[in-house]
Amino acid sequence: MPQFEALDYYEIEDLLTEEERLVRDTVRSFVTEKVLPIIAHHNREGTFPVELVPEMAELGLLGANLKGYGCPGLNHVAYGLIMRELERGDSGLRSFISVQGSLVMFPIHRFGSEEQKAAWLPRLAKGEAIGCFGLTEPDFGSDPSGMTTRAVRKGNRWVLNGTKMWITNGSIADVALIWARERDQVRGFLVEKGAKGLSAREVPNKFSLRASVTSEMVLQDCEIPYENLLPGTRGLKSALDCLDQARYGIAWGVIGSAMAVFDEALRYAKSRVQFDRPIAGFQLVQRKLVWMVQEITKGQMLCWRLGKLKESGRATSAQVSLAKRNNVAMALEIARLARDILGASGITDEYQTGRHLCNLESVITYEGTHDIHTLIVGQDITGIPAFK
Amino acid sequence: MELVVCIKQVPDTETRIKIAADGKSIDITGINWVVSPYDENALEEALRIRETKGEGGVAVMTLGPERAASALRSCLALGADRAVHLQDPALEGSDSLGTARALAAAIRRSRFDLVLVGQQGVGTDNSQVGPMLAELLDIPHVNVVTKLEIANGKIRAHRQIEGAVEVVECPLPAVVTAQKGLNEPRYASLKGIMAAKKKPLERLGLQDLGLDAADVGAAGARNRWTRLELPPARQAGKILDGEPEESTAELVRLLRDEAKVI
Ligand SMILES: Cc1cc2nc3c(=O)[nH]c(=O)nc-3n(C[C@H](O)[C@H](O)[C@H](O)COP(=O)(O)OP(=O)(O)OC[C@H]3O[C@@H](n4cnc5c(N)ncnc54)[C@H](O)[C@@H]3O)c2cc1C
Repeated sequence: MPQFEALDYYEIEDLLTEEERLVRDTVRSFVTEKVLPIIAHHNREGTFPVELVPEMAELGLLGANLKGYGCPGLNHVAYGLIMRELERGDSGLRSFISVQGSLVMFPIHRFGSEEQKAAWLPRLAKGEAIGCFGLTEPDFGSDPSGMTTRAVRKGNRWVLNGTKMWITNGSIADVALIWARERDQVRGFLVEKGAKGLSAREVPNKFSLRASVTSEMVLQDCEIPYENLLPGTRGLKSALDCLDQARYGIAWGVIGSAMAVFDEALRYAKSRVQFDRPIAGFQLVQRKLVWMVQEITKGQMLCWRLGKLKESGRATSAQVSLAKRNNVAMALEIARLARDILGASGITDEYQTGRHLCNLESVITYEGTHDIHTLIVGQDITGIPAFK
Repeated sequence: MELVVCIKQVPDTETRIKIAADGKSIDITGINWVVSPYDENALEEALRIRETKGEGGVAVMTLGPERAASALRSCLALGADRAVHLQDPALEGSDSLGTARALAAAIRRSRFDLVLVGQQGVGTDNSQVGPMLAELLDIPHVNVVTKLEIANGKIRAHRQIEGAVEVVECPLPAVVTAQKGLNEPRYASLKGIMAAKKKPLERLGLQDLGLDAADVGAAGARNRWTRLELPPARQAGKILDGEPEESTAELVRLLRDEAKVI
């Protein structure tokens, strides 16, 4: 595979600190040397590359922006760069890291008791335990407030009943953070692998995120100890706080996909000859390539600024939504255009573009669909919620 | 055991080199600078020795301009304990001997048992600094090493020679130059990157090193770059059409008559 050339049209990387650049370079080499050689195979087989987990843990990629409990405590820009470099490899791999870090470790860190933090965070950081986040249900996707999963107290235990759907890492998780209604409030519960009444089944036949595990999880009179409730969780807002973290990572991540497919398309366009000249010499092809450069550059700037806002504690949920919305849509459109430039070659997995394209169809749906983010920003600027 | 690793910051090996307007240096705009790959093997070996011995320290040193500090910091992120940056206007333009003189002066400032360097600096590819360092420090050296064992104050170093492996023993202190196969360099962990900020990076100038400006830098250089040229552009390939019998015959003819390789 030819050496990846990372687009940086406005020298935005000049804005990075030396430490941030080191983080970027480390993850970039890891992806080039360890991920790219095996990812097409995993994608074809529909398997998650578990063999990469120990090494990713060793590098410190799990919960990289959390402090203490064996986590490196990186800043938000560095965290974003990790997501971007990983997703340059594959969105499925980035999804794994997003779920582990932002949707499992972050909530334990933020809402957990001291005992929960000490018990889980170091193991999750070391990759000795894998986590998942169960919010979505078969009948409640964009509108999780309607969830039907319930937790009822029975002595010193909780009994959970309900079904969670589309859960990343579900069937390989050692611990599931399950969101359930307890009386009139949604709260988070830690359900350990092997808990009585918990079963998980992998969703088969996906054409997207094939190198990531997606599962259905059924909780049938599932009993867990009383102290497995995350004490700090208070309503759906707590779950949405986690999603904010993950969405921030996605906004950065998809730039990596876009950079990967742009690199591939540009290279291909310069070498593919039709009508006696490289197709890169045709105006219509140049227009596509230029549009890619333009959109990637805007996305890069947007994320860097969002990272700085986050570092100073000023980033709002709506700002995160706008970035997720913009960047995933641009990455998906760029992948479609890149696929087009590759011609027939673009439909095989000899090229990575098709894989990114299919992956991004999940990314534009999960963590709030494109249109749900439209409504979040719409509500923010008009003051009028348009969800119902 | 005290280990010293000398590293050089070089253009990324994937860089498309352009020649600067003066015709004798490379155009450095937009270059991504990295630690020379063989030096990464040297550092990795030092880190492993420290880890197996469970004691001692690893110091990394470089002679280079301001930007070279980032190469030192990436070595600290990989696990080196301290860094030394030799930086002085009088050191600029040093040739291999000038570089070796400055490094030797810096190495002598503290106790050391083993000096590791890459077997060559990618880009200039002179393979001189290691052996020169050993001469200046008056200690033995083993070059282009692919396997290194240390016991009882001695090293046993393996070298790949034509059709065989040569095993060389010598007492410590010594200089060893690292070949690619010596080990597989690690990645910097994110914690390592965070920890690097707090590790010492010392800057030394000509005076600290007790050197004479006439012996180092452009002033002391015994060789100078007079001209740089890019290799000639590769000619477009030729595709032979036709039936296999004909095209094979044509290929043989071309290889014999035109390319003159058979
Ligand atoms: C690969 C993958 C992994 C996932 N991982 C997880 C996970 O780990 N944990 C988890 O909890 N969930 C996960 N999800 C679920 C994901 O978050 C949901 O799919 C998403 O929230 C959308 O829900 P839905 O699929 O039910 O679509 P729906 O909500 O049914 O939406 C269908 C369509 O209707 C539109 N729509 C819905 N409401 C409105 C409205 N008010 N106005 C306008 N349009 C509207 C949507 O935009 C969309 O176009 C994952 C999904 C996928 C595909």
